[in-house]
Amino acid sequence: MLTREVPNYKDISGCAIVGIMSENGNRFHGGQIIEAIANMHDRSNGLGGGFAAYGIYPEFKDYYALHIMFEDELSARETEEFLQRTFIIYHKEVIPHRHDTSIQKHPLLRRYFVIPIPIKEDTPDVVFEHLSDDDIVFRSVMEINTGVRGAFVFSSGKNMGIFKGVGYPEDIGEFYQLEQYKGYIWVAHGRFPTNTTGWWGGAHPFGLLNWAVVHNGEISSYGINRRYLANFGYHCALQTDTEVIVYLFDLLFRKHEMPLEAVCIALAPPFWAEFEQMSEENQKLALYIRMVYGGALLNGPFSIIVSNNDIMMGFNDRIKLRPMVAACKNDHLYIASEEAAIRTVCPSPDVIWHADGGVPIIGRLKTAPPLPLSTFYNGRRVAI
Amino acid sequence: MRKWLLQPDFIVERDPGKCIKCQVCVKQCANDAHDYDEQLDQVFTESANCVGCHRCATLCPTNSISIKKSSLEFRPNANWTSSVLRNIYHQSETGGMLLASMGNDQDFPIYWDRMLLNASQVTNPSIDPLREPMELKTYLGSKPERLEFDTTGGKLSINTDIPRQLELSIPIMFSAMSYGSISFNASYALARAASECGIFANSGEGGLHPDLRQFGTHMIVQIASGRFGVDTDYLNTAAAIEIKIGQGAKPGIGGHLPGEKVDEQISRTRMIPMGTDALSPAPHHDIYSIEDLAQLIYAIKEATQYQKPISVKIAAVHNVAAIASGSVRAGADIIAIDGFRGGTGAAPTMIRNHVGIPIAFAIAAVDSRLREEGIRNKASIVAAGGIRCSADVVKAIALGADAIYIGTAALVAMGCHLCQKCYTGKCNWGIATQDPILTKRLNPETAVRHLKNLIRAWSLEVKEMLGGMGVNAIESLRGNREHLRGIGLTDRELSILGIKAAGE
Repeated sequence: MLTREVPNYKDISGCAIVGIMSENGNRFHGGQIIEAIANMHDRSNGLGGGFAAYGIYPEFKDYYALHIMFEDELSARETEEFLQRTFIIYHKEVIPHRHDTSIQKHPLLRRYFVIPIPIKEDTPDVVFEHLSDDDIVFRSVMEINTGVRGAFVFSSGKNMGIFKGVGYPEDIGEFYQLEQYKGYIWVAHGRFPTNTTGWWGGAHPFGLLNWAVVHNGEISSYGINRRYLANFGYHCALQTDTEVIVYLFDLLFRKHEMPLEAVCIALAPPFWAEFEQMSEENQKLALYIRMVYGGALLNGPFSIIVSNNDIMMGFNDRIKLRPMVAACKNDHLYIASEEAAIRTVCPSPDVIWHADGGVPIIGRLKTAPPLPLSTFYNGRRVAI
Repeated sequence: MRKWLLQPDFIVERDPGKCIKCQVCVKQCANDAHDYDEQLDQVFTESANCVGCHRCATLCPTNSISIKKSSLEFRPNANWTSSVLRNIYHQSETGGMLLASMGNDQDFPIYWDRMLLNASQVTNPSIDPLREPMELKTYLGSKPERLEFDTTGGKLSINTDIPRQLELSIPIMFSAMSYGSISFNASYALARAASECGIFANSGEGGLHPDLRQFGTHMIVQIASGRFGVDTDYLNTAAAIEIKIGQGAKPGIGGHLPGEKVDEQISRTRMIPMGTDALSPAPHHDIYSIEDLAQLIYAIKEATQYQKPISVKIAAVHNVAAIASGSVRAGADIIAIDGFRGGTGAAPTMIRNHVGIPIAFAIAAVDSRLREEGIRNKASIVAAGGIRCSADVVKAIALGADAIYIGTAALVAMGCHLCQKCYTGKCNWGIATQDPILTKRLNPETAVRHLKNLIRAWSLEVKEMLGGMGVNAIESLRGNREHLRGIGLTDRELSILGIKAAGE
């Protein structure tokens, strides 16, 4: 189930995506998102579905919640030994799931709430490198996913979790009992992979630290994005191009501390032909970002929803080769592949619109620090 | 005259029924393959003098001339081939090194023809360049690894400076060909075409003629071991400066422009006395190690106030990846790599035919090495040597090149027929010669038009191929080896190129 070749290739996916956020941070249970994604049943083919939810572990909010799937007890034991060397494991449990659904086969599913062991001055005999907690988690996830046979970390953020598997998304939601969780951001994905064996780890969302990405499309620039990321220690361990999107957000936003808007310009820069209509300031911004981050440019058709604890963002490729609709109702932001999915759960939104190619739609938690914004996307609908 | 052991390469045949004795062939052939006898009123042909440049056949108004490979066959021998025997006959007569021109013409594998490109089907749409933007703009030069942003007051701006770059409308440039090795008209055509196409032409090592300085913003000037024509004005006129360490056609070898080609104009441009041989030593006599290269790079940067990207051109030799990495660490903003198929005005045949490695391997090795060392952003890679068509360009970029240089292809666009006799100085097409009767045959206006057409045609084709792959920016092709598949390659070759086999 979790066995996979050394991944030197990628999957190609069609798919449905949807995301719902309360900007006030009000938590709501997973039933709504299941209803919305189920509405787009025909966009997936039963080979993968999944969800990400933020704000679901308030009692463990200072711990990294590692969701791990194991092929067998052996790989679980090996992984736990690995974790014990690096982390304090505060709590460990099986990820609750049902056996009376249409999901008839699944790997071992467990979650660990951990923090890295602090470095003690009296034990200097270790290979030392000054790393942040995030970097330690990042490296450990990379090591387990590439080095431990039959183990796969599919969620590694704080106060958030990813739930996914092989099946239709609504069945996966039922399987994981998502109606029992309450979160302020929910994203979901229904998968239509076109050349895959359909393994549990290959379903969306893809996550790393607090990031989760759901993706409809294919990244035709995958080959160079992957090599660009390798320069910075990211090793694509999965069989899908979506992985590079997560890593690019982690690299640019977290490690390079780029403002979110600059990240968007790097991933989907404006066309050179648009430069004449831009202010000198914005021309410089776009030109410099494109010169330096050309390897991060995402090409090919995509519509994605990217989320972390503070934001939920919808984003399209530059010429909009995949559908994306957004809507607002009170403090709620809805983003989906189809308008019908939004109207199922929010019949009369205050405003509803089709996203522009290459222009992000950003929902932000009102309590989060404000995003620095340029005039770059002025006049185009960016955030609510 | 005593008869040589050498038999003619070509047989020139004239159809007497078609020949009108207009003597165009006689006037056009600088090699005296045709002769007119007034008393007999007859045109004679001496096949032994024919180099196969097709000038006479092309210009013959009645198409009465045909040129064939000599049918005189040696006894078949896979080891002692006719070219081996002919070389020995030649050397036993002259006692000299064999000379050759243009690129390696031997039967080595052509790796461009062993790689195939990808295209989109169903799951991602191909993009139609006639209807959608298709971006080829390329910037060459050193880039920082990351940008620092300033967000004070909620306003977004960039705190990092980017060193000066070369902006190319399409990632193709004209390779280094010196004034001296080629005629003024040819140099002029390359410079003007580059300027009008938004790309760059490389002056080569022979200085920059005053009349070409108007195109300085689209010129890369070269500093080679002979240092011909180098002064501060030369450096500051150009957009970028290239230190020539080696050349693909003759790695490890210097250059020699014979004194008879050094006329007044070349003498002024190269800053050497008229009629003297222009000798480029094999090494730069101030570069015996990598730290010496760093000194020269920074001396030039100082002389140009850090306003010009510095390129280092090296021949693709066995250890090319390490040499490139060292050059980048020495401060090069651009690494130009010239493969073993790269052309030349003159090189010892044995060197041209047996030294160096294919450019495809060199691109792959250098790109991978710079990435492994985390310094790929510090320099752009320009690949040269045997790039024949736009598909070769796309493959070179997919392997990891930022841009490519074309030399031979540009000469062919101007009329060159690849007779490989540049070293004789008798180019009937007016390109590789300084003979005023021959050079005026190359009409610069026509040559500019042909060069611009070539660049335009290739850019249309590159756009079509990019669109087929489903990408609309050259950045998404550069180094994207997923878009290449090998055919008929060994596992080892595939792994060096970093590509998968067709069907994988």
